[in-house]
Amino acid sequence: MLRHFRASLVTLVLMTALLGIAYPLAMVGVAGAAFPGQAGGSLLQKDGKVVGSSLIGQSFTGDTYFHGRLSATTDTDPADSTKTVAAPYNAANSMGSNLGPTSKALVDRVKEDADRLGRGVPVDLVTTSGSGLDPHISPEAAAWQVARVARARGLPEVELQALVTRHTEGRMYGLLGEPRVNVLQLNLALDALPRR
Amino acid sequence: MTLNGWAQIALFCVLVLLLTRPLGGYLDNVMAGRRTLLSPVLLPVERGFYRLAGIDPAEEQSWWVYARAMVVLHIVGFAFLYLLLRVQDLLPLNPQGLSGVAPDLAGNTAVSFLTNTNWQNYGGESTMSYLSQMAGLSVQNFLSAATGIALAVALVRGFARAESKGIGNFWADLVRVTLYVLLPFCLLLTVFYVWQGVPQNLSSYVEATTLEGARQTIAQGPVASQLAIKMLGTNGGGFFNANSAHPYENPTALSNLVQMLSIFAIGAALTNLFGRAVGDERQGWAILAAMGVLFLAGVLVCYGAEAGGNPLIGALGVDNAAGNMEGKEVRFGAPLSALFAVITTAASCGAVNAMLDSFMPLGGLIPLLNILLGEIIIGGVGAGLYGMLLFAILAIFLAGLMVGRTPEYVGKKIEAREVKFTMLAILCCPLAILGFTALASVIPVGLAGPANAGPHGFSEILYAYASAAGNNGSAFGGLTGNTIFYNGTLAVAMMVGRFAIIIPMLAVAGSLASKRKAAISAGTFPTHGGLFVGLLVGAVLIVGGLTFLPALALGPIAEHFALLAGSLF
Repeated sequence: MLRHFRASLVTLVLMTALLGIAYPLAMVGVAGAAFPGQAGGSLLQKDGKVVGSSLIGQSFTGDTYFHGRLSATTDTDPADSTKTVAAPYNAANSMGSNLGPTSKALVDRVKEDADRLGRGVPVDLVTTSGSGLDPHISPEAAAWQVARVARARGLPEVELQALVTRHTEGRMYGLLGEPRVNVLQLNLALDALPRR
Repeated sequence: MTLNGWAQIALFCVLVLLLTRPLGGYLDNVMAGRRTLLSPVLLPVERGFYRLAGIDPAEEQSWWVYARAMVVLHIVGFAFLYLLLRVQDLLPLNPQGLSGVAPDLAGNTAVSFLTNTNWQNYGGESTMSYLSQMAGLSVQNFLSAATGIALAVALVRGFARAESKGIGNFWADLVRVTLYVLLPFCLLLTVFYVWQGVPQNLSSYVEATTLEGARQTIAQGPVASQLAIKMLGTNGGGFFNANSAHPYENPTALSNLVQMLSIFAIGAALTNLFGRAVGDERQGWAILAAMGVLFLAGVLVCYGAEAGGNPLIGALGVDNAAGNMEGKEVRFGAPLSALFAVITTAASCGAVNAMLDSFMPLGGLIPLLNILLGEIIIGGVGAGLYGMLLFAILAIFLAGLMVGRTPEYVGKKIEAREVKFTMLAILCCPLAILGFTALASVIPVGLAGPANAGPHGFSEILYAYASAAGNNGSAFGGLTGNTIFYNGTLAVAMMVGRFAIIIPMLAVAGSLASKRKAAISAGTFPTHGGLFVGLLVGAVLIVGGLTFLPALALGPIAEHFALLAGSLF
């Protein structure tokens, strides 16, 4: 039994040094050298300030921007640390709604949004994402918002439609995943359009 | 369901089949201690390790010694991980200043990672320091995976050897798998994941100012290195709370494909190792075929349910063409979310790329059923193979009863001792799952857990104990599990699910190893053909179905009919 204890202790110490310290630290070094952008979180900067990450969605509520998925993330209630409050796109606390398919809360929420957004709204605009940080919407969901954004910005719809098309990514290698539009990058491009 | 969806599913299956044989051969060489491509580099490391630990890798251990070595490593590992989590606030690599983990949560988490379950009653980015993730959780990801593979190989040796006292050396098995298989693959996978966009840094969380002027704190960390072993070792514990649904933990459809492949790769390869070890690779393919039948049936039902969308939402005038998107990410959509869910629960991985709690009733039934059947559809690394071989013993025993002669499997007579231990291993899990679910469904501390009402709430409880005892780790995440009651009972379920299978299984291995090889005769029932595959699938379904059908009827099945009737809860 004592032999097993010695072997266990040595195993644990050596494996922790190798797999728990050396391996991840070496990978930090290699990743930072080979792919510094990705290793650092794919951050996006505008005028020298970090405005977000190309992989992490952010909250858009105004009419002048395209909106992303609904987000069920929460944050600690500032008034009472034992409670949580809704905090969409909280990238320090990823989570889904975990509402089941027969949940009244789910159906009530979707009904309210669907009534506001209109008949035929694409399903990804009225549902929460798995992470609460989904950076994408479907091309249909982007097209659905073109008229609203065009009106709010005073831009012609065809110009916005073209912008959406340029920002639509197809399936990888024509096969993998789903067609999608990165909302933050689309909105950055929107802000970069010449004002008139 | 779309043609594209099925094309992606077919691609996945073909790639798994292509990996099975070469990887099986490599694993076989490593576990037998033969020279491999990596030996020139790793052999000195391996030898140095044995010297320090006082191990003679050539010393054969009986099943009882093998089991004891494994248990002692778990005890020491538990103590170390528990302490590390408790005092993480005093240690370096904690840029967010996260506090020490509470005793019940630290205990639950330590058991969870030691048993290869990775059930998480916490959110990674809001609870665990970088040091805890790297030196605590990741290390156990490696060791629990290596343990699983070692144990499976020990059982395979029981079938392959004749009149032998030993079933191998636990320490040598553990070290070889870790050094020659898990670590090299993880190095490659980490670089690949970073290329796809997974962060790998030690920075504090990034403060961004959004386009609308709000502040957004973006969690960072050494994600890629942990992700690599989390998938390859079928551990499944997410660096982030949202696991592989988090865009940092699974940024693209390509990273998603590689994650799915690495869940199945080793489990599938072990079936081939089994075939090689018993001298007939067809025996391995037959086991894989039985797994494949159950897997594809699950994919069909789950994908169908998710692609169909939620009719209650469709009735509100929403365009449901993309399927049920609540809890799913746009880049994966219904097909890849459903496929991932079936893979992660067929293997006892437990990583998720969509929230299973928000799946349709039948879409969520499949992950639950996969776990309840005993995690034998590919299964956890090692655990899947030894689980399925126990079912093979059962199936061959049933066949023997039907024709009235002593059953044999790959040259070994299956007798009373093996069947008793097999039944013990197979019955312990259902006892833990159904017992705890029943308890939690009637007492207030249990009923406080579910977030959803109605049958779905019951499903949340059932799923939790199934996931814990099945050592899976995925969840119907609405359940509030970070309470003393759930932390405690789930930890017990995880230990039952690991040790109450492993120890009888090793007893079977020891018993088989000591037997003579029976000569193959005209009367031997062939175990590499379709009839045996059918028998094996039947044994799995009958045992799983009869045990769990009543519980499933109260949960997902009741919810399905409620949904059709338009009832809300």
